[in-house]
Amino acid sequence: MLNRDNWKEIFETIQKNKLRTFLSGFTVALGILIFVVLFGFGNGLINTFDDFFGNDATNVFYVFPGRTTMPYKGYKSNRVIEFDNSDLADIEKNFPLFLEYISPRITRQDTVSYLNESNSYRTLGVGPAHQFSEMTIIMKGRYLNNQDIKNKTKYAVIGRLVEEDLFGAKNSLGKYIDVGGSSFKVVGVFQDDGGDNEERIVYIPYTTQQLIEKNTDKIGQIVVGFKPQIGYAGAMAFDKSLDQFIRSKKFINPKDQNGVFIRNVADQLKQNQQFARVLQIIVGFVAFGTIIAGIIGISNIMVFVVKERTKELGIRKALGATPKAVIGTILLESVFITTVSGFIGMLIGIVILSSLGDKLKDFFITNPYIDTSVAISATFVLIIFGAIAGYVPARRAARIKPIVALRDE
Amino acid sequence: MIEIKDLHKSYKMGSNSLHVLKGLNFSIDEGELVAIMGSSGSGKSTLLNILGMLDEADSGSYTLDGVPIKDLNETKAAKYRNKFLGFVFQSFNLINYKSAMENVALPLYYQKVPRKEREEKALKYLAQVGLKEWATHLPNELSGGQKQRVAIARAMAAEPKVLLADEPTGALDSKTSYEVMDLIQNINDKGNTILVVTHEEDIAHMCKRIVHLKDGVIVEDKKVEQVRAAQYVK
Repeated sequence: MLNRDNWKEIFETIQKNKLRTFLSGFTVALGILIFVVLFGFGNGLINTFDDFFGNDATNVFYVFPGRTTMPYKGYKSNRVIEFDNSDLADIEKNFPLFLEYISPRITRQDTVSYLNESNSYRTLGVGPAHQFSEMTIIMKGRYLNNQDIKNKTKYAVIGRLVEEDLFGAKNSLGKYIDVGGSSFKVVGVFQDDGGDNEERIVYIPYTTQQLIEKNTDKIGQIVVGFKPQIGYAGAMAFDKSLDQFIRSKKFINPKDQNGVFIRNVADQLKQNQQFARVLQIIVGFVAFGTIIAGIIGISNIMVFVVKERTKELGIRKALGATPKAVIGTILLESVFITTVSGFIGMLIGIVILSSLGDKLKDFFITNPYIDTSVAISATFVLIIFGAIAGYVPARRAARIKPIVALRDE
Repeated sequence: MIEIKDLHKSYKMGSNSLHVLKGLNFSIDEGELVAIMGSSGSGKSTLLNILGMLDEADSGSYTLDGVPIKDLNETKAAKYRNKFLGFVFQSFNLINYKSAMENVALPLYYQKVPRKEREEKALKYLAQVGLKEWATHLPNELSGGQKQRVAIARAMAAEPKVLLADEPTGALDSKTSYEVMDLIQNINDKGNTILVVTHEEDIAHMCKRIVHLKDGVIVEDKKVEQVRAAQYVK
């Protein structure tokens, strides 16, 4: 079936029936092209979504102190709650099963300057574990370590854009910068996937921050990382008992909405994942629809092609073509056209997607892409269904008596 | 060459059955040029279809070159058609996107003859019908007579045992008809067996024998004095 002579016959037929070739090829190429682009856009939508929500660790609670609105155990309402170093130690001591890491976070806004360059940045007094919760990536140097906390060193880890702003192209490592009036040595530069704001931050040891602020032991917020293996249920249980623990320690009414607040990323994560899944289902549905439309398109073309060729097939049969040869002629031709044009459509689609990159970010589509395996499978599905769609009318044509086919004018 | 015994064929038309061929008996020897005549509805086309293995008889036997033709499936019929028979149709039935030469070479393709040999043979047969210089032309660039000559060349290319011509001159004017008949006579002169279905008396008399069909039976089967078509062709 697949010898050179047959191929030559097919190529000649294809060449001499350009409209037919173009019609079926165009249908398939367009179908695959639309599929690839739509599927890629769907993935781009999911990318945007991930960008919004997916740049921090997901096994994290953020514990925010607040202001009470209810009196409780002799304390008046409207009392400001503050965390201090003992809270860190107590949480660590009481939840060893759940806890993976813990870090305070003292947020300040300071003017940071180096030589003549100066700018206002967020300064965060944190512990070493803060690196995990923010998924901070160290580009050069190092992050803050336990020695820094213990010795209250005046070391700073600065964001990529802070270095760019203050140092230009020069290396900042080992240089001294002025942070809110104190001199800090730059020990590391980091980057963060969370966007520009996340890279305009200066991290310093929280103990140093406390020392500067008249040797206080207050610590702003607490970032608690839990062990991922405790799962969603475990995280929710931890959330609840942590809340109870803090309320009892700080004498906050259990019903008070404002005394303390725990932002549970796990809870958000679950919602986000559900949303992403819904997006994926919609994308899958659209893609499925496109493929179905493509299959219907190629089926129509095949019916048309066979109808158009009925007489020719009758002639061929009268000249000695077996039914197998008739079916083979039609199928090989259609499979060849669908394969070639399918892959052309696929490649064009992939090229379009990869050339888009961030250009459609305003429409919530970031880096649209399609897995090559998905694109190829979709192309094959279309080829196979094109072949099936061609086979049915081809078999009927092969069965028609030549004399009937020849009479059909 | 062809032997038919007690051939019956009927078509079902709804609840009625139309008896088209009512027990035909005849035989054709090698080298004969036979005209099958009859008005429309006489069964001549049905007979040609059965002889051409495009249709099957209900009962009776059909032997072609000593091979009994029965229990044909489509594949077998296609092979026999390719090996034994050449067809010439009233409407030429050339494939319109193939050149004259490619049309002639097509039966050889299905005989799995290599391409080069195919083209050589096709050119040889085109030369025999006087159209060698038209080899690369498409059918729509040819006149009716030329098309029919290409069709005859195509029918001959497979070197069939029998050439079946269904109203070969039906779509041609009388001058061109005679040219085509002249060609058919020349092919017959070389010893080929040819069957021509026609309803034109003058065409029938250019054959060597006339079988007259009426209402599904042979009413007349006579040898005739062959009128040479060449005398009408200047």
